[in-house]
Amino acid sequence: MIINLLQAESSSAPQESLSGFFWRRFRKHGMALTGSIIALIIVLLVTFAPFFTPYTPYQQDLLNRFQPPSAEHWMGTDDLGRDMWTRVLYGGRISLSVGLLAMGVSIIFGSLIGLVSGYYGGWVDSILMCITEIFLSIPRLFVLLAMGMILRTLNLPNMSAGSFVPLSIVIGALSWMGTARLVRASTLELRDREFVQAARALGASDARALLQHIFPNVASPIIVSATLGLAGAIISESGLSYLGFGVQLPTPTWGNMLSNTQNQMTTAPWTAIFPGLMIFIVVIAINYLGDGLRDALDPRHITEKK
Amino acid sequence: MENTHQVLLQVKDLKKHFPVFRGVFQRQVGAVRAVDGVSFDVYRGETLGLVGESGCGKSTTGRTILQLYKPTAGSVVFDGINLVTLKGEDMRHMRQRIQMIFQDPYASLNPRMTVGEIIGEPIMVHESAVTAKQIEERVAALLNKVNLNPAFASRYPHEFSGGQRQRIGIARALALKPDFIVCDEPISALDVSIQAQVVNLLEDMQQELGLTYLFIAHDLSMVKHISDRIAVMYLGVVMELADRANLYAEPMHPYTQALLSAVPIPDPRLEAQRRRTILEGDVPSPVNPPSGCRFRTRCPIAEIGLCDLSQPEFREVKPGHFVACHKVS
Repeated sequence: MIINLLQAESSSAPQESLSGFFWRRFRKHGMALTGSIIALIIVLLVTFAPFFTPYTPYQQDLLNRFQPPSAEHWMGTDDLGRDMWTRVLYGGRISLSVGLLAMGVSIIFGSLIGLVSGYYGGWVDSILMCITEIFLSIPRLFVLLAMGMILRTLNLPNMSAGSFVPLSIVIGALSWMGTARLVRASTLELRDREFVQAARALGASDARALLQHIFPNVASPIIVSATLGLAGAIISESGLSYLGFGVQLPTPTWGNMLSNTQNQMTTAPWTAIFPGLMIFIVVIAINYLGDGLRDALDPRHITEKK
Repeated sequence: MENTHQVLLQVKDLKKHFPVFRGVFQRQVGAVRAVDGVSFDVYRGETLGLVGESGCGKSTTGRTILQLYKPTAGSVVFDGINLVTLKGEDMRHMRQRIQMIFQDPYASLNPRMTVGEIIGEPIMVHESAVTAKQIEERVAALLNKVNLNPAFASRYPHEFSGGQRQRIGIARALALKPDFIVCDEPISALDVSIQAQVVNLLEDMQQELGLTYLFIAHDLSMVKHISDRIAVMYLGVVMELADRANLYAEPMHPYTQALLSAVPIPDPRLEAQRRRTILEGDVPSPVNPPSGCRFRTRCPIAEIGLCDLSQPEFREVKPGHFVACHKVS
């Protein structure tokens, strides 16, 4: 009797797919939606840059140096008369690529190390966490500067255009520690949860317990740290390029555009404001996007806040 | 259900100590003797109840039998095979025949898997040739068996009540048609109204599939209902083991007597008349258990010069009735 009643009760509830739940939750998160729309617009603008500008980023016009923003040059022109809008778009390609690639590297490293370390514990954990501590104590900026120097002197083929790849890997390789610690902490807690024990009791292998049971449950911290990492990597690249050790001119990135403008900041402020603004907008949009993802991806939140 | 006295599981002198580390250098300073020399047999087709206070090591015993914890010493022989010495793949393979039902139906189901994935997981793990369609069918049959709607397979655990979740857990344990199931307090986390439902389901399944249970609980009346034989644990050791009728009719160990006298009788007149044995003090720490008999610090009949000197042997006092007490002849 009771069983039948219970059955009737729960089967009368409307069924909705998980992705439906996800979208409903995500849409409610206003800032996240705004963030993702802004991020999407920027990605589209940057990807299809040639369609949004009549100029090329290297096209100089020495008669029209330091033009303030106008209908012709939306963001003005720089010291060589190049169109700032065009350079911001093309620069965004490099900056976003560096961000994505570096984030990918750091998330893969960090998650793997965190999962293995937390799950197996013992001496494996000790060694991996020791390595993490060592990486954390490396002064990041100086290693990045040194690596930037080395990369520059190596003169790799296609250096001017493709040089962001090694740079991104280096940035990623120096920023996985936070993720690793986060993932390790969550894994440590999840490992002793009953459903993981249940999986082991029914005969699941370690790999299955890790990938099927623990990994999906640490996905939210990973996603959050991925978005933060993406923002951080964009800032790192900008910082490096600003200091002149990142991607080299004339290839534009938001960082080296800022660097290039140092001497003209007072006379032609638009050359500094626009690349800076882009970094600011992208980073903040991505952070809000991450927040929204975290809340929406957890199925437990879905019913609680329905 | 009367057992044919064919031993399915033989636990012998099982010990599980958890080391205690302290200080900067994480030196081992002691061990929590959660299970300290437990022996019993489980016959095919029977239910052995394992009772005791919180922290007496009954859950640890269950998990150590399943090799979820590596035993410190002793052997667990299942159908002629010692599980303690089984390695990696062999043990994983063996797990098809030994399943477990967990205490907390909220924690034991992965919140990110659908009910169908949860129940289908043991099938997927152990039967490589099986197709997705076959798993689906078997999951539907299993859901039917535990009185749940097969359409629930696509839902997530958080959409269900405690009793329903526990039945999902039971369906998962039944998926591979095991011989033996360790039920680790499967009803303690449930409402009283749902407890009977789950216990009845377990009994029905036992009859239908010829299962053998190790039923861990702290609720004596529920254990009386479901078990054929009952083992009473105290501080990592089995104090008394007898079949249900004998244990309740004439408990021999003073600890069992005290436990039974704590079970309320649903009749106020009888309840007022009866004599109670009330235990003094708390359970001693399993890090540093009392010398000799573990129960002597709280035992009403303990004798200095006898009980504090040696640990009483766990011996068969009457046929099928085992007691570990110096004062029982």
